[in-house]
Amino acid sequence: MRANTWAGRNKVEVRDVPDPTILNKRDAIVRITSTAICGSDLHLVDGYVPTMQDGDVMGHEFMGEVVEVGPGVDPGRLRVGDRVVVPFPIACGACGACAAELYSCCENTNPNAGIAEKMFGHPVAGIFGYSHLTGGFAGGQAQYARVPFADVGPLKIESDVADEQVLFLSDILPTGYMGAEMCDIQPSDVVAVWGAGPVGQFAMDSARVLGAAKVIAIDKEPYRLEMAERAGHTPVNFEEVDVRSRLLELTGGRGPDKCIDAVGLEATHGSAHIAAYDQIKQAVRLETDRPHVLRQAIMSCRSGGVVSVIGVYGGLVDKFPVGAWMNRSLTLRTGQCHVQRYMKPLLRRIESGELDPTRIITHTLPLEEAERGFEIFKNKQDNCEKVVLKP
Amino acid sequence: MELTATTTIRKPVPEVYAFWRDLENLPTFMAHLEEVRTTGDRTSHWVANAPFGKDIEWDAEIVGETPGEKIAWRSTGDADVPNAGTVRFVPAPDGVSTEVHIVLVYDIPGGTIGKAVAKYFGEEPHQQLDDDLRRLKQIMETGEVVRSDGAPWGKQSRKEFPQRPAQPLSESELTKGADR
Repeated sequence: MRANTWAGRNKVEVRDVPDPTILNKRDAIVRITSTAICGSDLHLVDGYVPTMQDGDVMGHEFMGEVVEVGPGVDPGRLRVGDRVVVPFPIACGACGACAAELYSCCENTNPNAGIAEKMFGHPVAGIFGYSHLTGGFAGGQAQYARVPFADVGPLKIESDVADEQVLFLSDILPTGYMGAEMCDIQPSDVVAVWGAGPVGQFAMDSARVLGAAKVIAIDKEPYRLEMAERAGHTPVNFEEVDVRSRLLELTGGRGPDKCIDAVGLEATHGSAHIAAYDQIKQAVRLETDRPHVLRQAIMSCRSGGVVSVIGVYGGLVDKFPVGAWMNRSLTLRTGQCHVQRYMKPLLRRIESGELDPTRIITHTLPLEEAERGFEIFKNKQDNCEKVVLKP
Repeated sequence: MELTATTTIRKPVPEVYAFWRDLENLPTFMAHLEEVRTTGDRTSHWVANAPFGKDIEWDAEIVGETPGEKIAWRSTGDADVPNAGTVRFVPAPDGVSTEVHIVLVYDIPGGTIGKAVAKYFGEEPHQQLDDDLRRLKQIMETGEVVRSDGAPWGKQSRKEFPQRPAQPLSESELTKGADR
């Protein structure tokens, strides 16, 4: 089959690879009809997530049709011919973490748990196409994928909605939603979201459906801010204004009640010297992550507010404003999304028209053009917000 | 050398105890074991696999057993690598799960066998036992050892670094199996 693979730092390549086969009894093979490029794929390509290998099949946002099931798959849950969206964290459904609905922390699905444990203290779940640290599973930017624990994660789509309406249930819609849900939004809340990329846009929409009074979008790309504004959110361009002053102005000096970091470890900064400080430290690996957004969110949030982190971090940061966090009674909440928890309720919100995930799609390309897709998404060319690939 | 490790398995104590007490199950999750054959009520014959030093076999006997709580065993006769183990099963505070606490003791000899065993355990010997317990947990909770494209042979995963790429296996790789 054809698949988009990691080919070294800053390089992806669509190649011929073997077709997947059943390796565990509860596997299924899915013929992929739609897949997407995620912002976190850029962290892999940029070389900020260790343990990638030449030839790794990329992609963790995909859906398609079940073409084969292993002998252990419960036929009451999944059969050949079912149309499914596949959640990016692989979860067994049986361990303590899964019992607590902490699917992205599943204790059984990462065969390389030992490495993850060294980096993170405790292991994390397996993830499709997302380095060997999260298990070494082939991803979904391909014609076919092997899906372990196929009777646990995949969501069956039984209506005739278009792929584009439901594809993002695999990751970015639940991720954005969880970012807003962790904020415990009250009707009087002003919610500020750093990053108007795909996850940020969905965090903003989710904050709105959860009842926020006002949602603020912070980014530097005018087209991304315009996209947020068209959806009813208030734009703040950090290259044009001082973010903290603007946020104080927009909130009568209180600061946003809830702040969402939808950027993570490769943040850019309006102020050149601070950007340089973190870029240099990151380049020589004195810190692995550039935490501008996290710092700014903590400093901006009103006392007693919540800072919710859904942007990806991988290692260590410094200059963490621990004093502001502690003295102003802030709550810091975070996690890789527990996608399985949110798929069904969010499908209902899509079917009822409350959420329209298609609004962020700017490019649809054949899988063969994945390399170009990465290029324009990474460099924000051609007003690129989200690339969907068709195998 | 004494190694300890512990894990929590979301299954009741009697089930985990019974799985372990059938010693023939041990090679499904303990990477260094090829086969354990029950030879009597309390006696068994153990065969280690290649990375632990070729053709090492020994007899063992259960020397202490409290149903639902503890199993202790040790090698008998002139084993190449005299060893002993104790595993305890403790109900976890959640009322559903079982804590498994294991202690293994190896009397590592000199010579080639000693070197092979030392090499197998490497610089972080406890890691082997941690991985063994992780696989026990996978089997008890999900039915089998979990495989990925990067580490397709389950029990062999430690042998598989650097791993093969995370892409599906070719037919010849599948035919060849774990012994590459």
